[in-house]
Amino acid sequence: MDIIVCVKQVPGTTEVKINPTTNTLVREGVEAIVNPFDLYAVEEGVRLKEKFGGKVTVISMGPPQAASALKEAISVGADEGVLLSDRNFGGSDTLATAYTLARGIRKIAEYDLIICGKQAIDGDTAQVGPGIAEELGIPAVTYVKKIEEVGEDFIVVERMLETGYQVVEMKLPAVITVVKEINEPRLPSLRGKMKARKTEIPMWNAGDLACEMERIGQPGSPTAVRRIFAPPQKPAGKILAGELDQQASELVAELKKLSLV
Amino acid sequence: MPIKVDSSKCTGCGLCEKSCPFGAISIEDRAKANKPHPKFKKIAVISSACTLCGACVDVCPFGAISVTAEKKETDDIALYKGVWVIAETEGDEIHSVTFELLAKGRELADKRKTYLGCVLIGFGIRQKAEEIISSGADKVFVCDNKALEVFVDNAYVEGICGIIKKEKPEIVLLGATAIGRAIASRISGRLKTGLTADCTGLDIDHQGLLVQTRPAFGGNIMAEILTAYNRPQMATVRHKVFKPLSKDLSKRGEVIEFGLPENLKLQTKVKKFVEDVTQKVNIADADIIVSGGRGVGGPDGFKVIEEFASALGGAVGASRAAVDSGWIPYSHQVGQTGRTVCPKLYVACGISGAIQHLVGMQSSDVIVAINKDPSAAIFKVATFGIVADLFEAIPAIIGEIKKIRS
Repeated sequence: MDIIVCVKQVPGTTEVKINPTTNTLVREGVEAIVNPFDLYAVEEGVRLKEKFGGKVTVISMGPPQAASALKEAISVGADEGVLLSDRNFGGSDTLATAYTLARGIRKIAEYDLIICGKQAIDGDTAQVGPGIAEELGIPAVTYVKKIEEVGEDFIVVERMLETGYQVVEMKLPAVITVVKEINEPRLPSLRGKMKARKTEIPMWNAGDLACEMERIGQPGSPTAVRRIFAPPQKPAGKILAGELDQQASELVAELKKLSLV
Repeated sequence: MPIKVDSSKCTGCGLCEKSCPFGAISIEDRAKANKPHPKFKKIAVISSACTLCGACVDVCPFGAISVTAEKKETDDIALYKGVWVIAETEGDEIHSVTFELLAKGRELADKRKTYLGCVLIGFGIRQKAEEIISSGADKVFVCDNKALEVFVDNAYVEGICGIIKKEKPEIVLLGATAIGRAIASRISGRLKTGLTADCTGLDIDHQGLLVQTRPAFGGNIMAEILTAYNRPQMATVRHKVFKPLSKDLSKRGEVIEFGLPENLKLQTKVKKFVEDVTQKVNIADADIIVSGGRGVGGPDGFKVIEEFASALGGAVGASRAAVDSGWIPYSHQVGQTGRTVCPKLYVACGISGAIQHLVGMQSSDVIVAINKDPSAAIFKVATFGIVADLFEAIPAIIGEIKKIRS
C-alpha cells in the first residue's frame, strides 16, 4: 500500500501577537514546528505500511527550510520526502495550495491513500485535504478517528461528526483527514534520526510540476488578505476576594447580572 | 511574486522581519543576495512563505516594500446576483446554524439590494421550505431525493454545484460544521472560487464586496479577507456566531425544485451512524461549558464537574491533561488539538491555562477560573477568578445557585 502524507510546517503559534497601538506583529523567537495534526497522519501512514507493506512518502509545500518538517516525518518512519518549493507559490490560499499539492501527488504517481491532518493550527481552515481530493477527482472522508478495514481497493473508516460517528466505505485511491484520536504518534528512534539526517529531500518547483502558472501562488488564489488587526481586547478580569462563601455568592450574583444563571 | 523589496531603499533594518507573522522575511548579506549598495550591507529577502498580507509594507519606514495587486481575468462577475445559504439538514430537521446564516444573509442581501436564497438539500425536507422563508429567505431551492437520505459528500457537492452554476449567486454561506466544511472546500474547488473558513464577521464594503473577518493564529490576530475577482464569494461560519431572526409567518417566498445530475455515482457509502452517548451536550454547540483539568484529580473528580455543569445547564469540557490521563473521552477536549469553543460562559476548574488550552476557549464571552494556584495563567484570561480548591469552591457555588433559584 503506497501512502502519501501531506505535512505543513507552521510557526509555534503562541508567540504571534499584534501590538494594538501600532497594529504591527510582535514575533518573539517563533520556532517552526510540524503541524501537530500532521504527526497523527504520519503515524497512521507508517502503521498502515507496517501492516500492509508499501511506502510512505511525505510531501509539503513551503520555503526551503520546511525540509526539516519532512525530515522529522522520516525520523518517525516515513520513507521519503518531497518539498514543493518555489517563490511563485508564495501568497497561495487553500485553493492554490490544494492545486499545487495535487500536482506534486500526481508527479509521485504511485499512491493508494493520501492522509492529511484534519487542519493546520496556523490557518485552521480544514480546507486543503478535501481540496486535494477535488483536484485529483477522488473521494475524501474528513475527521477520521479510526481505520476499520483496508481491502484491495477500498477502505472503511470512522468519521467523527458533532453528535457521533459515521462508518464510511470508499474506493481507493482516496483522501482521509485524521483527528488526534486515531493514534498515539511514536517518538523518533535513534535509527530514524540517523536516516532522516542522511535522506536527501528533493525540491520540486512550479516547472517540475508542470503547473499552470495562473493556478499557483497569488494569481491562483481567489482570496486575499486585505488587512490584519488585533482582536478587541477584553477588560482585565477580577479576582474575587473574601471568604469562599462570599466569593461564591459574589460570583453567582455577577453571573445573574449577565443572565447566565 | 507581486511583492518586491526595493534594493535602493532597503537599509536592512529588520523591522519587517519582526513584523512578519509567517516568518517569511530574512535579513541577508547583500553580497550573498547579489544586491550591492554603497551604504547598506544587509537587505530583506522575502521567501515563498509570504502570504502577501502586507504587514511588512505598513511597518517599513523607508517605503522599500511594495505589494502590487495583480488584476486578474475574471468571468463576468456582474452576472452573479443573490446571497445564498446552504441549509444543513440533520435527518428531516434543519440545523440551527442555518437560521443564524439566514439572519446574516438577509442583512447582506439588503445591503446588496438583492434576494436571499437558500438551498435545501436532503431527504424528506421539502416541508421545511416554509420555515426557511419565514426565517428570511426570498427563494428556496429544494432538492428532496432518497439518494440524499444519509450524508454522502459527493452527492451533496454535485447537487449544490449544479444549482450554483445555473443560478449564479454572488455569495454562498455554509455552516462551519463537520459536514459544511467538508463540502464547502470541494464546492469551491469545483467552481474555482474563494472560500474563507470560520468567519466571525461578514459585511459588505463600499465596492459591494463581501468582507470576511476571521481569526488566525488561535485568535491572536484577526484578518479581513476578500474574494475580489471570483464568484461566488464563499464563506463558512461557526454555529452561534450570528443570531437568528424571529420568524415572520406572513413572509412570502418562492420555492424552486431542482434535481441531482443524472448518472450520479456515489463515491462513498455510509454503512452506519453511531451516536456518541457519552456526550449529553455537544461542547461545540453549548452555551455554557464547565471544564475540568489536572486539578480534578481523576475520573471521580469529574462527577463534581458534571454536577456543576448540570446546575448551570451546561456541557462538560476538559483540558488535554485530563483527556490524556484517561479521565474523560477525547470528544470533551477543548483546545488546540481538541475543539475550539466560544460559549457564553466558560468555567475552567483546576485548569492551569496552557496556551494550547487558551486558544481553544479564550473567545468565550465570560470566563470563570477556579484554581488553587494564584499564579495560574488561566487567571489572565478570566473575567472572574476564584483562588481556591475546586472541591470546596464548586459545592459553595452550586449552593448559591440553588439559593438564587428557590
